[in-house]
Amino acid sequence: MTQETIIIGLAGILAASAPIVFAVLGETLSERAGVINLSMNGTILLSAMGGFAVAYTTNNIVLGFLTGMLIGALVALIVAFASITLNQSQVAVGFVLALTCRDLSYFLGNPYMGLPGPRLQALPIPFLSDIPIIGALFFRQDAITYISFIAIILVWVWVYRTRPGLMLQGIGEKPAAAYIRGANVNLMRYVYTIIGGALIGLAGPAFSLASRAGWMGTISGLDGFGWIALSITIFGGWNPARAAFGAYLFGFLQWLGLVLQPVLTQVPSQVLQVAPFPLMILTLLLVNIGNAEWVDRTLAAMPERTRKFFAKLLRAMRASPPASLGVPFERD
Amino acid sequence: MLKSRFSGLLFQLIALALSFGVVSLILISIDASPSEAFRNMFKGSFGEMRKFAEVLVAFVPLLLVTAGLLVTFSAGLWNIGVEGQVVLGAIATTWVYRYFLESDLPPALIITLAILGGMIGGAIWAAFTGILKVFGGVNEIFGGLGLNFVATALTIYLIFGPWKRPGVASMSGTIPFPDEFSLPLIENLRISPWALGIALIAIIIVFFLLQGTYFGLKLKAVGKNFRAAYLLGIPTWQYSMYSFLICGALAGLAGAMQVAAVYHRLIPSISSGYGYLGLMVAMLINYQAIWAIPVALFFAALNIGSIQLPIVMKLDSSLSGVLQGVLVLFALLVEGARQKFIKKGQNT
Amino acid sequence: MNVELKNINKHFGKVHANKDITLNIPSGTIQGILGENGAGKSTLMKILSGFIQADSGSQIILDGKSVVMNSPADAIQYGIGMLHQDPLDFPPMKILDNFLLGIPGSFFPNRKEATQDFNLLAKEYGFSLDPENYVDSLTVGERQQLEIMRLLFLGVRVFILDEPTTGISAAQKEKLFTTLKKFPEQAMTVIFVSHKLEDVESLCDRVAVLRAGQLVGTLNPPYQTKKIVEMMFGKEITLGERKPANVGEPVLSFDNISLEDARLRIKNINLEVREHEVIGLAGMEGSGQDLFMRACAGLVRPVGGKIQLKGQDLSGKSYHAFKQVGVNFLPAARLEEGLIPGLSLTDHFILAEQPRGIFIDRIAGQRLAEERIQSFNIRGTPLSPIESLSGGNQQRAELALLQNPLSLILLEHPTRGLDIESVIYIWSKLKERCHHGTSIIFISSDLEEILQYSDRVLVFFSGKVSQPLDANKTSVEELGQLIGGKGWAEIGDTHA
Repeated sequence: MTQETIIIGLAGILAASAPIVFAVLGETLSERAGVINLSMNGTILLSAMGGFAVAYTTNNIVLGFLTGMLIGALVALIVAFASITLNQSQVAVGFVLALTCRDLSYFLGNPYMGLPGPRLQALPIPFLSDIPIIGALFFRQDAITYISFIAIILVWVWVYRTRPGLMLQGIGEKPAAAYIRGANVNLMRYVYTIIGGALIGLAGPAFSLASRAGWMGTISGLDGFGWIALSITIFGGWNPARAAFGAYLFGFLQWLGLVLQPVLTQVPSQVLQVAPFPLMILTLLLVNIGNAEWVDRTLAAMPERTRKFFAKLLRAMRASPPASLGVPFERD
Repeated sequence: MLKSRFSGLLFQLIALALSFGVVSLILISIDASPSEAFRNMFKGSFGEMRKFAEVLVAFVPLLLVTAGLLVTFSAGLWNIGVEGQVVLGAIATTWVYRYFLESDLPPALIITLAILGGMIGGAIWAAFTGILKVFGGVNEIFGGLGLNFVATALTIYLIFGPWKRPGVASMSGTIPFPDEFSLPLIENLRISPWALGIALIAIIIVFFLLQGTYFGLKLKAVGKNFRAAYLLGIPTWQYSMYSFLICGALAGLAGAMQVAAVYHRLIPSISSGYGYLGLMVAMLINYQAIWAIPVALFFAALNIGSIQLPIVMKLDSSLSGVLQGVLVLFALLVEGARQKFIKKGQNT
Repeated sequence: MNVELKNINKHFGKVHANKDITLNIPSGTIQGILGENGAGKSTLMKILSGFIQADSGSQIILDGKSVVMNSPADAIQYGIGMLHQDPLDFPPMKILDNFLLGIPGSFFPNRKEATQDFNLLAKEYGFSLDPENYVDSLTVGERQQLEIMRLLFLGVRVFILDEPTTGISAAQKEKLFTTLKKFPEQAMTVIFVSHKLEDVESLCDRVAVLRAGQLVGTLNPPYQTKKIVEMMFGKEITLGERKPANVGEPVLSFDNISLEDARLRIKNINLEVREHEVIGLAGMEGSGQDLFMRACAGLVRPVGGKIQLKGQDLSGKSYHAFKQVGVNFLPAARLEEGLIPGLSLTDHFILAEQPRGIFIDRIAGQRLAEERIQSFNIRGTPLSPIESLSGGNQQRAELALLQNPLSLILLEHPTRGLDIESVIYIWSKLKERCHHGTSIIFISSDLEEILQYSDRVLVFFSGKVSQPLDANKTSVEELGQLIGGKGWAEIGDTHA
């Protein structure tokens, strides 16, 4: 492989991962506030279809992206309403929406199947795109990929560097403590779930109007990305930057699968495409095992020094979810 | 008590009405006639014997999966990995069939072994989720989802790899088994009375297991209050594992039926989404085994009835999924509203 | 700031938690609030800090102005801040972030400036906290210091401290008191809620005592401990007739047991509990008695020492092994740990029995339930969901679930919140068990209950355990003092 193919490949990963990046950023925001939005898989499909349909009908690609965000926000609103206001299980509602939105996208998207629609074109940035390697990697992308870069930075800065972001961390960690510091916990949960949903909704058009342009119904190959994004959110340990890294890592593994295809002719391509999953499970295991009860017991039985070593190791790997994730907040 | 049951029924009727209302609106918004769509779906499922037989074909795996899920839900577990457990059941059944392809054993014995193999396959796959949960602290939802994808990949690998058709591998699956490997079907119909019988027996067993046995009661105790169940002396994590194994075996049985009675080979989408649909049925019946049969039948009818839609009305058949989803969604929302309503009534 | 509470009333459902409390706290004082658990201290402080709202007609007057506070944030606006017993902070986050959180300011907090402010404030009060450190690496005492700094920075003029000396070291307590004593000079008011007599006596300018939701009186220094205890626990001390313990074989023995959890460390407990014996565990909540009891049940593994039950060594064994030898544990949180909401009384009785076969004989179960309902005088039907029963009936149901025979029954607050009829009934049932040879260990915050029903008493205070006291020779006053941390020199603790 020449250097050039590698760079084009890597640049392709950055573009192809943009939808997943939006999805994990959105989910991270939502879960940071304490709400699991399990509807993600359906939301992405529905917003991909809706975004494409609107862009096709109006011939306005921006409108397509906005539609996707609106759909994501509306679905998230249902999750928030059902869980925060009506006290229903976030998991149940999210799961039902995941399936319903998927079917709705196939149903409503039927007339748009296989139509040649608008597609975002690459938008090389003058001067910057001429920088060797870096230019080709980062500055010859399309608009939505640039936005995905900016989104990572914005969400990260929001969470870790701004005052409202600090409060967001607090709400997810200990709502009661955030409450005595003046936060309207449930209102903020609504707000972040909806904003997070809008970001997840951006993932759809980022597929259907850019990296996988068009709407192909059940054979669009988009079904499943939402579930992957959900695992990547955990892998990211609720840190937007780490989550985005997870999204790129996943994109890289998928690309590797394609590249290795000619070499490993025995292995069907579909298998290589899901190869990240066993890895995902393994990471989840490493990230979670420190929370299991028997580990505590085993640790307690170890001699002091060994115990300290293993405890440290486990703590380094562990990603603790926001402590209030999925727990309703009621003031007293 | 009576009043709450009455209000429950009333609210469920509201949920039903709202669902049909919303789906009608969706249909109207794309210039389709709701009444025509519903009529076609009804005709497509109950219109003639052949179609009703198809409904029963879909009903069998759906009922089996629902039966299994009632067990895991009783133990307070969200076994979303049920989809993969169906797939592994199908794979294991296919494996047993292939193993005995050349043998002289009586076909009935081979079929039995194949079905048992399917149950074991599903149970093993469920055990993975259980082990990840109990010993690895990995939430069963994420462990199960991951394993679902792995299961699908495994199917495709087998179809395109070691088990590929002589000549060219294709999405149409492995080479079909000889006729004598099939569960007996009713003449001219695709439904096997054996499969139907097994599914009905399974739900009855689960009903009694949950209602009438010490095991079921302990399982419920674990699901409702893990801590108190532990203090009462119930071996809690073992019971979580048992429930995974039982659900996996029943899901595997569903997969086995898909191979032994429906497709007679392994195909890429062997589970047809019945695992996820079973979760919806279980949620809609509020985890009460007694309602499993009518609701699973209704959902199966929607699935089969909607096959008509593309032909007759140029509508996508996923309308059934939309209707099912909206139904469950409204059932949840309306239940939440009802609880809020009751709470408010008590406070004033 | 001058704080005036006028006719504060608060109902939770039927419970009247604060009854017409009127109290004036002048600016620049350190006001102590004393009372046993459940006396209404917390409710009153939650009202004053905006966490909950009092019933209508209640008034809070600050510097002569009547105010309405709808949230803790409102209270902070008015200058009232509260230090909670379990610090309401964010352990996985940095100290600086904790400090910044909730402090109004620019969209992008200036961390450099905040660090300077933080260090300046820390220096002024002599706290040594590194703003870049994480809160979960701090002790409870240091977390308090962080909260105090945050509240000071917010301009709080009235400090409410809820049991601040629980779980902190002596040196940290010293520092806390030094800090608090500076406040009145700046016309700030301190409200110090505690059950530790010594702390209150050494710190407070005045003391108000609450009992059963009512203000029973205020006191000024010099304090007479005897008088305070009398006010806290009520005057009438009636000891029922007691029979001397007719003890038999040893049931449970603790040999140099050491216990540890995140907050406490209890060292070298030695104890032998014999047949027929009742041991009461006294102490304010969180003093170590719950840890001790969970060790007796096999739910907490001792970090050192040997536990024997009926002659068997059970050190390091599981809860199930303890249960096998005949230990039953009834936790205080009935619906969280003891019973299973959603299941009926019959279901519970069936679960507690040895299974016979695979299928449940519902008719036999129903009969069993009816029998137990009658013999334990439970108001409910066999099919009543357990959560629909009243507290007293839930407690009776728990007793009815105990296995038979048993060697040791462990009870946490067996009669808390129950009406007198239930209390007498439950103890008669327990005594019946004792008569047949079972030993009982129970935790209670009701000192009279402890003295009335135990043969021997262990007192817990901040992880210290007293020698077993003979209940016959101990008075409520003595016990009250010990619980408050006084008079320990005379009796000595187990590892003295």
